Amino acid sequence: MKIHEYQAKEVLRSFGVATPRGVPCFSVDEAVAAAKKLGGKVWVVKAQIHAGGRGKGGGVKLAKSIDEVRDWSSKILGMQLKTHQTGPGGQTVRRLLIEEGADIRKELYVGIVVDRGSQRVCVMASSEGGMDIEEVAARTPEKIHKVFVDPSAGLTDAEAEELAAKIGVPAGSIPKARAMLQALYRAFWEKDASLAEINPMVLTGDGNVIALDAKMNFDENALFRHADIVELRDLDEEDPAEIEASRHGLSYISLDGDIGCLVNGAGLAMATMDTIKLFGGEPANFLDVGGGATTEKVTEAFKIMLRNPRLKAILVNIFGGIMRCDVIATGVVEAARQVKLSVPLVVRMKGTNEELGRKILAESGLPIISADNMADAARRVVEAARGKH
Amino acid sequence: MAILIDRNTRVITQGITGKTGQFHTRACRDYANGKQCFVAGVNPNKAGQDFEGIPIYASVAEAKKQTGATASVVYVPPAGAAAAIWEAVEADLDLVVCITEGIPVRDMVAVRDRMKKEKRRTVLLGPNCPGVITPDELKIGIMPGHIHRKGTIGVVSRSGTLTYEAVGQLTEIGLGQSSAVGIGGDPVNGLKHVDVLRLFNDDPATEAVVMIGEIGGGDEEDAARWAKDNMRKPVVGFIAGVTAPPGKRMGHAGAIISGGTGTADEKLAVMEACGIKATRNPAEMGKLLKSVLG
Repeated sequence: MKIHEYQAKEVLRSFGVATPRGVPCFSVDEAVAAAKKLGGKVWVVKAQIHAGGRGKGGGVKLAKSIDEVRDWSSKILGMQLKTHQTGPGGQTVRRLLIEEGADIRKELYVGIVVDRGSQRVCVMASSEGGMDIEEVAARTPEKIHKVFVDPSAGLTDAEAEELAAKIGVPAGSIPKARAMLQALYRAFWEKDASLAEINPMVLTGDGNVIALDAKMNFDENALFRHADIVELRDLDEEDPAEIEASRHGLSYISLDGDIGCLVNGAGLAMATMDTIKLFGGEPANFLDVGGGATTEKVTEAFKIMLRNPRLKAILVNIFGGIMRCDVIATGVVEAARQVKLSVPLVVRMKGTNEELGRKILAESGLPIISADNMADAARRVVEAARGKH
Repeated sequence: MAILIDRNTRVITQGITGKTGQFHTRACRDYANGKQCFVAGVNPNKAGQDFEGIPIYASVAEAKKQTGATASVVYVPPAGAAAAIWEAVEADLDLVVCITEGIPVRDMVAVRDRMKKEKRRTVLLGPNCPGVITPDELKIGIMPGHIHRKGTIGVVSRSGTLTYEAVGQLTEIGLGQSSAVGIGGDPVNGLKHVDVLRLFNDDPATEAVVMIGEIGGGDEEDAARWAKDNMRKPVVGFIAGVTAPPGKRMGHAGAIISGGTGTADEKLAVMEACGIKATRNPAEMGKLLKSVLG
């Protein structure tokens, strides 16, 4: 689960991370009032969306007067902010963060993830602050320093100090950098984050170390023990189809193509998408109905897929293991009737009672195209989407 | 011979009093030698009772002591699953298979660290996996037993239904399986592809291996590099997720392309470079395997 920058900064402040003073705002008037309250001569107007690259996209602006705060706020609020992470349509800006300006002497990077290879939490730091860490990793990997943290010890003083020194924090500021790294690690661990990033972490003219930007993502599997984090969820930032699907216990992800697919199991669902592509089609979605493909779940899945105006055909690919194919076939027929299916439907079922399942599909009177295997199914659904059936 | 489990394995079900644990324990007991192999269940509040004749003990250690069990399977809900794994490790079982999906990553980091620090010998399979089956001998997990045939092909995969797909194809063209292993879709887990390849390599009953991977992490690449220098048997592969967009979790917690790495194309390239034939058509996994058999 993702949260906004201002929310991440609130979480991090509660662990002792220093940040600029700032106020989240939902209107231009609020933004102006916030700037006046913060005082000073320089403010930063920052679009709050769940995507990176906001600065390059024009969503972060420096204001040198209250009038400029008003101007930038009215331009940014409501804009469709396009970044390399939003997709071509961009994301509507509904919230702003108004912050005091900072006296930036040096920009650094620090980020934390779980490293799959070592199975430990990895703290990464770099002297190249303010840049995309992927870019740094690709171009100058030697500038990224890593510590794989022993979970029972946490990030030690020595580790944090060494990391700070390696990325060029001057001796006088090392204690402050150490404290920030350790606070970031504690926030990551205690809140079950999947990503915690301060980019840039800046050294100020007076030797302070502050988090100028912050990003936190959380492990969905651990949200049950973090009610405070769940409250920070902003549904405006998520795909409505994905939210609707999760309500019904379906795992759904929107894609750009026109062939819907409904599959049981995540691996088989990905493989089905790949096969559609292999035969010249483009999948409209990833959809895993899970182990129990009940009539109710299949019906909801059809409804969600059919809401997509681009949809031209649907492929159902089920490996009936524990779940029998005749039960699934009955569910598919029932669901197709309920939603008055408007696009061609190709069904491939394999496993327990598959003949019985096919018979149910054939006798349903519905124009269901039956397929023998995954390749056959993909070929047929691509043809159907092109109107060849 | 086979890997990980056979007719002599004795199994404890952790979470035998829950609906899932009961459903699958019943199915496993009904498969091949399951009746002799599933010897105990664990629930601290129901010690002394039984589940359809399978005695329930207060702890894994007690169940092991009373029955001589060598392995366990975990269906305990996510919040308590890592603790259940640790209980099995502490009881010094040979193998613990964790089926539970949705365990917090932090819990797995902590339990894996403890296993390594204390140099525990217990082998962990999963979590978030379908389990392991040695056809005609024993199944521990949630896979449909009847699609399998006894034979000489090893199967290892991160996904459940995609494993069944591969097994189904093999069985259809007359190739049985020595063992089929689902290592699970979570980012922090026990056995990895390379560990299972090692086991198949050393298993005289295995002639060739189907290795199925998916986007996220670098396990498939590690396995391929190891296989290049060490594997004495042919390996063929498939990687799911060529069409998966970056930054999105594709159902499995571990199936995510992050920071531009863990893509299917990257994995396929490394596998091919290491001499593992891979197909981009999942309908042809069985056929491809047949083509490399001598």
